[in-house]
Amino acid sequence: MNSSVIVFPGSNCDRDIAVALEKFKIKNKMVWHNETNLPKSDLVVLPGGFSYGDYLRTGCIAGKSKIINDVIKHAKKGGLLLGICNGFQILTEASLLPGILLRNKKLKFISKDVFIKVLNFKNSFCSNYKDKNIIKIPIAHNEGNFFANNNLLDRLEDKNLIAFKYCDIKGDINELSNPNGSSKNIAGIFNENKNILGMMPHPERSIDPFLSSEDGSLIFKSLLK
Amino acid sequence: MKISAIVTLKNEVLDPQGKVVKQTLKNMGYSNISDVRQGKFFEIHIKEKDPIKGRKLAEQVCKKLLSNTVIEDYKIKVDE
Repeated sequence: MNSSVIVFPGSNCDRDIAVALEKFKIKNKMVWHNETNLPKSDLVVLPGGFSYGDYLRTGCIAGKSKIINDVIKHAKKGGLLLGICNGFQILTEASLLPGILLRNKKLKFISKDVFIKVLNFKNSFCSNYKDKNIIKIPIAHNEGNFFANNNLLDRLEDKNLIAFKYCDIKGDINELSNPNGSSKNIAGIFNENKNILGMMPHPERSIDPFLSSEDGSLIFKSLLK
Repeated sequence: MKISAIVTLKNEVLDPQGKVVKQTLKNMGYSNISDVRQGKFFEIHIKEKDPIKGRKLAEQVCKKLLSNTVIEDYKIKVDE
């Protein structure tokens, strides 16, 4: 499997995700945002960070960068596309995923481990979570408060496009287990074809027993199937 | 030609910064301020003399980049 990680000025999880991909034997290339052509890729990753210093709106300038046209083409052809944290914000700004990530409800940057519930296994990213659907994973963001109008929220639920919801250790999804004020505790969503996944938590930071959790590994293992 | 664009969060979208500003003003003694919404202001200089064309261009720019219409509204004013 071949992957490309897009690097924007201000990306800071690009090397972490590259380490994760390589650990699971995915052949990765780093692609600078000013390039116009993607190398041959089965998977494209938009990494976390603060692309363009979060100017204007988080993810907004990156969503209009030169390489994005080719990323959109890749996704429209059915290629896999994963946006993590700032990458998720970029996906919404580039209209590849619906909704938007607003500032955290309590206006604070949150960096901690949380629990999320995996809600959909019938896709390329999450099939390995079938036997372990409550996972521990870190979040680190200032704008992770997923917002969508009620029509869109209903559509996401009806079509089973919600990938993850914040929950507690037992898997209960409620206000107390919602770290940032996201509508319906949403932590990640798919597009309709489920080849695009946007998520606020960082799977690349939970791939090793030396880190606080290994639960992110299953995303990469699912991708290899 | 100079055009001003103001981008604000839609009324139904929570504006936590505006809320904090309102609360602070209240604490400072401004008791009759009932609400504050925070937004962004852009001054756009366009090489164009026709105000209709200028406004059209500003509309496009607001829609495509300066605002995210999922959560924000924009207002345009042709200044000169």
